Amino acid sequence: MAFDESEAPHERFCLEPPIVVSGLVNRFGDFAVHDGLNLEVCRGEILGVVGGSGTGKSVLMRSIIGLQQPTAGNIDVLGRRITDTDLDQRVGVRRRWGVLFQGGALFSTLTVGENVEVPLKEFYPNISPRLRREIARYKVLLSGLPEEAVLKYPSELSGGMKKRAGLARALALDPELLFLDEPTAGLDPIGAAAFDRQTRDLKETLGLTVFLITHDLDTLYEICDRVAVLADKQVIAVGTIPELLETGHPWIEEYFNGPRGRSALASQERAHSA
Amino acid sequence: MYGAVTYSLEDAEAGTTRLVLGGQLLVSSVGPFEQEIDRFDGEIAEIDLSGVDEMDTTGAWVVSRLANQHSSTITGASETATHLLKAVEVAGGDGELCPAVVPVWERVPLALGEKVYAARGGMLGVVSFLGAILVGFGSIIRKPSSMPFRAVVRQMEMVGVSALPIIGLMSFLIGIVIAQQGAVQLQQFGAETLTVNLVGRITLRELGVLMTAIMVAGRSGSAFAAQIGTMKLTEEVDAMRTIGISPIVQLVIPRILACTFMMILLGFYSSIVGIIGGAVIGQVALGIPFFTFLERIQEVVPLHDVWVGLVKAPVFGLIVALAGCYHGMQVKGNSEEVGIRTTMAVVSAIFAVIVLDAFFAVFFTEVGWG
Repeated sequence: MAFDESEAPHERFCLEPPIVVSGLVNRFGDFAVHDGLNLEVCRGEILGVVGGSGTGKSVLMRSIIGLQQPTAGNIDVLGRRITDTDLDQRVGVRRRWGVLFQGGALFSTLTVGENVEVPLKEFYPNISPRLRREIARYKVLLSGLPEEAVLKYPSELSGGMKKRAGLARALALDPELLFLDEPTAGLDPIGAAAFDRQTRDLKETLGLTVFLITHDLDTLYEICDRVAVLADKQVIAVGTIPELLETGHPWIEEYFNGPRGRSALASQERAHSA
Repeated sequence: MYGAVTYSLEDAEAGTTRLVLGGQLLVSSVGPFEQEIDRFDGEIAEIDLSGVDEMDTTGAWVVSRLANQHSSTITGASETATHLLKAVEVAGGDGELCPAVVPVWERVPLALGEKVYAARGGMLGVVSFLGAILVGFGSIIRKPSSMPFRAVVRQMEMVGVSALPIIGLMSFLIGIVIAQQGAVQLQQFGAETLTVNLVGRITLRELGVLMTAIMVAGRSGSAFAAQIGTMKLTEEVDAMRTIGISPIVQLVIPRILACTFMMILLGFYSSIVGIIGGAVIGQVALGIPFFTFLERIQEVVPLHDVWVGLVKAPVFGLIVALAGCYHGMQVKGNSEEVGIRTTMAVVSAIFAVIVLDAFFAVFFTEVGWG
């Protein structure tokens, strides 16, 4: 987790990008979701991925983490070609990433603490049970849940708490890469802002690289170093929000300059001037 | 990725020890070190981190815990390490991750008491469910246009038409088994022609309807519970209520009507296919021509046997549908509950069907339809 602070995350040219997607094609029947999609994620950045509904944001994430076999194209994650290797060979890479699914995807028969313990047990059986319990408790606290939540079952948690518990599980292995699928969807503004702060703090403390799918403009303005826009079956632009606006693409204009985009920008400016 | 923790214990002043750590303090490598250092019972005054190449939160936690245990000072921490050590300060310590296990002698009476208490709630639930269905029927009678015809037809197709192949095959095979096994026994008395009576009466009176009910419970009763249960989980049922659509009228009544009605047809169909199965065995193994077998059926089976089957069928259908819908509506919480309720729906439906079948057997004999 050697993260060189001097390397600006906005740097255009990134050394050894942890995720490289090239020429990705995903086809369901006759319908192509992605057609020749290219994307690079730099080390130590939070990359926001936006796009209208049905533009294949989740499919892109599922392809990168190997849940969806693409029709064509190559995906390299942490120097390993995901698209060629089979499941067993991916183990080495899989323990270096954490995934937060939209609904949290917690195992419903286990408590929150046990949920966090699962990846530790699976990948590192040589850790003593005591240390494993301590790590699990620590991760739960780190993700912003109260201590009592450790003993609760997912059905006893609210939507926001489920997401935090999912985040705790995603962080269990101290991953280098974190995938978040709409982490703030369905959270109240206070909870969403707290979650954003949490994500940024985690990135800064742990030197994470974050791949973040979101519709939340506040999240994009607040924490994302760069934003990738998915449209027309491809990534049409990647960059900081001002850079994106310079492209003058109508969809991007509408997305960021709509009433919601403007108010998100205004609130960000207020926060920074304060 | 697979680095290791290197460490050495050096003597420092006043009989204390200095722990010099090096290598990679990562979740992948820290396991063995943590166990070894745990067994060390001297006093560590200082922990030197200057040789550490890489560290993550797990490594930081182990160091931080060690430092707290021995109240030692940490030296030589890099910027990242200091950051991490600060981050793990909130840590929660060593506690159980699941609620404490209750000992058996407490758990058994506790579970029994809860079961009894739940049974009371269950009774109330069943009664109020039946009441809700009556209310539902009442509202349909008052406003016949609210009758969900399309849903009824759809359910009839799912419960009845799609079940024809499997129930046909099952009944045919049962007909064959009864005829063949019956013939073996009856031959000992030279009475193999009575196989016709055996097959005709047993399929029409008992097995046709009973086996169909069991098949429908497994096929459709479980589906009812799972469908309605999932709809409860996804709040579809609540959405219906808020819009003013009664879930009883829209979901439960179509299933009950379809299942009750289709059971009559399926039960009769099953009996007929069973008889055909018997007739095939008659032709192949007993030398009774196929059509003679069918003609004999008409002569030896009293008409009231058909009625016995046809009276039982809708009752069984009603029970299967009620059990499925009731358990579906009881689902709350998580997906595990859907599985539990589906199982309960099938088990309670089959159990009730068999108990009622025994009751019907005695009843019909008593009223002279023996």
